[in-house]
Amino acid sequence: MNRLVVVGYGPTAHRLVETLLSRGFDGHVTVFGEEPLPAYDRVALTSYLQGVTLEELEYPELPGVVTRLSSRVTGIDRAAKVVTTEDGHAEPYDTLVLATGSAPFVPPVPGASGAFVYRTIDDLERIRQAASGAARGVVVGGGLLGLEAADALRGLGLDTHIVELSPWLMPRQVDEGGGSVLKGHISNLGLSVHAGVSLASIEPDRVVLSDGGVIDASVVVFSAGIKPRDELARDCGLEVGARGGIVVDEGMRTADPSIYAVGECALVGGMVYGLVGPCFTQAEVAVDRMLGGSAAFHGADMSAKLKLLGVEVAQFGAMEGALDVTYMDPVGGVYKKLFISDDARTLLGGICVGDAAPYTTLKPFVGKPLPASPSDLLFTGSAAALDLPDDAQVCSCNNVTAGAVREAICDGVCDVPGLKACTRAGTTCGSCVPMLKQLLEKSGVELSKALCEHFDHSRAELFDIVRVRGVTTFSELIAMCGRGRGCDICKPAVASILASLHNGHVLDGERAALQDTNDHFLANIQKNGTYSVVPRVPGGEITPEKLIVVGEVARDFGLYTKITGGQRIDLFGARVEQLPQIWKRLVDAGFESGHAYGKALRTVKSCVGSTWCRYGVQDSVGLAIALELRYRGLRSPHKLKSAVSGCARECAEARSKDFGIIATEQGWNLYVGGNGGFKPRHADLLVSDVPTDELIRIIDRFLMFYIRTADRLQRTAAWVESLDGGLDYLRSVIVDDSLGICASLEEQMERHVATYVDEWRATIEDPDKLSRFVSFVNAPGVPDPSIVFETERDQIKPVLIPLDRLGSPA
Amino acid sequence: MTVAELPARVWVAVCAYTALLPERGACALVEGHQVALFRTFDGDVHAIANLDPFTGANVLSRGIVGSRGEEPTVASPMHKQVFSLVTGECLDDPSVSVATYPTRVTDGRVEVGL
Ligand code: SRM
Ligand SMILES: Cc1cc2nc3c(=O)[nH]c(=O)nc-3n(C[C@H](O)[C@H](O)[C@H](O)COP(=O)(O)OP(=O)(O)OC[C@H]3O[C@@H](n4cnc5c(N)ncnc54)[C@H](O)[C@@H]3O)c2cc1C
Ligand code: SF4
Ligand code: FES
Repeated sequence: MNRLVVVGYGPTAHRLVETLLSRGFDGHVTVFGEEPLPAYDRVALTSYLQGVTLEELEYPELPGVVTRLSSRVTGIDRAAKVVTTEDGHAEPYDTLVLATGSAPFVPPVPGASGAFVYRTIDDLERIRQAASGAARGVVVGGGLLGLEAADALRGLGLDTHIVELSPWLMPRQVDEGGGSVLKGHISNLGLSVHAGVSLASIEPDRVVLSDGGVIDASVVVFSAGIKPRDELARDCGLEVGARGGIVVDEGMRTADPSIYAVGECALVGGMVYGLVGPCFTQAEVAVDRMLGGSAAFHGADMSAKLKLLGVEVAQFGAMEGALDVTYMDPVGGVYKKLFISDDARTLLGGICVGDAAPYTTLKPFVGKPLPASPSDLLFTGSAAALDLPDDAQVCSCNNVTAGAVREAICDGVCDVPGLKACTRAGTTCGSCVPMLKQLLEKSGVELSKALCEHFDHSRAELFDIVRVRGVTTFSELIAMCGRGRGCDICKPAVASILASLHNGHVLDGERAALQDTNDHFLANIQKNGTYSVVPRVPGGEITPEKLIVVGEVARDFGLYTKITGGQRIDLFGARVEQLPQIWKRLVDAGFESGHAYGKALRTVKSCVGSTWCRYGVQDSVGLAIALELRYRGLRSPHKLKSAVSGCARECAEARSKDFGIIATEQGWNLYVGGNGGFKPRHADLLVSDVPTDELIRIIDRFLMFYIRTADRLQRTAAWVESLDGGLDYLRSVIVDDSLGICASLEEQMERHVATYVDEWRATIEDPDKLSRFVSFVNAPGVPDPSIVFETERDQIKPVLIPLDRLGSPA
Repeated sequence: MTVAELPARVWVAVCAYTALLPERGACALVEGHQVALFRTFDGDVHAIANLDPFTGANVLSRGIVGSRGEEPTVASPMHKQVFSLVTGECLDDPSVSVATYPTRVTDGRVEVGL
């Protein structure tokens, strides 16, 4: 065999060719793909709508392989061993692999031709376009993919309805009890569920249901199952199943010895497998056979875990058994059920809604003796401490066992990226990554959380040490539990911890030496060594008098002046010795530090709100000012931003903030964990319709809990995502007080509020602190001669020394 | 720190020893050169050029002082490259280094040798 032709360029085709190459195949490979793109990660398709780029989704290029994109194969001549494409190209083969995948099933409903499906990047683009002018959407099908599509429509801003033929959602993964808990979650998120009905017809701008109901929607997406793309095989006389699928043997070969079929188009052992894990295994089996091996595909684990709309749903093993044990908490929205053999010894399977922990810990025990009593496993979560047998499957996407992972660890792999690289576990859906961490920890590998070479502790641990032992200086702390004299990583981190807990002046005593240059000079350094000045303008509201003072100061010191993205004014180009003079003028006019330089609260932006705006339902400016004044000066692991919008139109962009507030008729909705910047993330709804005092109490707790437990330079977005249990866990801690720490968090915030002092006022009033604001210790009056400006658009701009004139590398 | 064995050089007094804060830098203008001075935890005084070779800004005196292994260091406040206070070598990119100057303390005054 030296000419291999692959029809279809999806994940399975990619895996097949990749495996073939890695096993040293040196023949000629041609891959035909009907889509205009090379193979991409279809499992992660939805992330494309959330901003993940095509480059990130595409699989690595296959070296030495001819790939023909936008090229649909239309015929196979088995006698001549040639495939032909739509555009007339003919390609001879010695071995042919069909990896044509499947197509969404579109039921024969009147009007269905105007509807969308959810399978390719192209489909998503079409849906995105249609959604941009629409208000409401319908997803037909409430299974795994249907919910994913519904989430995507919701993300595109549509009021989304789900129509499911079965009496409950996700009938293939959960039973009726789980379905009812799931429906509660889905409805709470604002999606409407219509279960137990089908579609009667699709008309322009409305959908008619079998029970006579009508949904006025212009975007309809079908996600009602898949059908294997077996048309090529059928046309050339190969056997296909009654319900579709190219019939192959356990070696993935059709009745024609030169033709294999793998992936979602193949019917093996009477089954079509619609998950990527089994498809990959099939590809590997086929390769082994082509190279003369005897690998066989004997079915696969169809367990699934998904996290959609913040709800975890998982199913593993069998969905029935002689005995079952159920844990149900309708209030907390949790449903967990285990199926057990009649002798109550063997675990057969399980269903989880709202908490998928048992999936991770118990799936490897399917078919094995129960590691503890079922109720213990469901109630206490003690399963986390279980030891997995070597043959237990850890990663179902890539069929990796606990034994294989342990072997890699014995061979010296000591972190998750290393395990991913050498075993492939964790590289597909990612749901087994917690297991990998557990296996590493159990094997005695310490996952380093050390801050830097001077401390073996994480930021959160140092925070606790400082808090519990009452440490007040860096020297004390490094003598107690560190080594050396610190660095630019641990010093500012400890400075921030000390400031969060003790709120003294950042330039007091030894603390001055810990600060980054920005905190040290209470201003942001610029590329030419000058600084910027940003006075606080709470909520963006400013009197004409204060505006005039800012203008006068800028004019008198010749500073470049710009309105920032944070609703305030930035003055650039101040030399160190000018900073105190500038701030004296500003402080006298009633301004204070805006902490633009600190890992601290930045701005609380606001829209104009109900005072002026005809749509406003609450006073967003008033709340923004109150919040900015409450949390000003609060030092934190990273900067903190907030915004308040006066109604759901959201002019203040609150959902891009660490904590954002949107007014409702009844009160306020609080969103947390938003981020702009490098990796944008929309904030998640934490509580809704709360009155102002309760809102502030919850924000107090949120911020203090973040400050106590986050990593150094971890924004709230990354922190919320890193919490085990995510938003639900966060809510349980700071809303339901599950750890009993809320009183202490609030008290700590009260102490911050009570002891806040403007650090610029304190600085200009203290000659000792002022003495360091000079360009030169030996010539305090002399400005730095290397700082030079030119003029652009009537304002100054730095002139820099070209680096090549320094005789140094760029 | 003291380099008494080196050939005759000019010593320029720049400031009182106590004007330097422990583990913090300051800049002195010495015969037209910008010299970054650092007083480390053990009381030593080090001097290197103030010019950050990576950005062309005169700012090294404003970086964070610390240690890497046994070596006393400063991290540029611009893009955080770490320099040895003893040799001037950039520990993150040994192909780059900055000038160093000898220092001594005489009668409570810091002197820089040129
Ligand atoms: C001045 C301003 C740009 C402007 O002219 O509008 C600005 C300027 C700087 N930003 Fe920004 N950011 C400014 C609004 C923003 C915004 C928009 C906003 O806040 O509404 C964002 C995105 C929102 C967000 O943070 O989630 C933003 C995302 C960043 C980031 C990326 C953060 C991230 O999580 O990825 C950095 C880098 C960092 O903090 O590590 C950054 C860092 C910086 C620094 C501090 C970079 C530096 O170290 O020199 C800039 C210096 C400002 C100075 O010298 O005063 N700036 N920056 C804005 C000041 C707002 C203010 O009044 O305080
Ligand atoms: C939104 C979404 C989410 C999913 N989530 C998960 C998940 O969480 N976990 C999981 O395990 N699975 C998931 N899946 C399923 C998974 O994506 C599939 O199992 C996998 O893509 C199957 O790969 P394949 O290569 O066999 O088929 P496909 O991905 O369908 O690839 C087949 C390719 O062949 C091309 N083709 C077909 N006919 C021809 C022809 N005649 N000529 C040329 N090219 C042709 C098609 O255009 C297509 O590009 C998801 C699928 C979708 C759509
Ligand atoms: S968010 Fe609402 S209240 Fe605020 S300005 Fe916009 S429309 Fe007006
Ligand atoms: S289970 Fe999907 S990557 Fe491991």
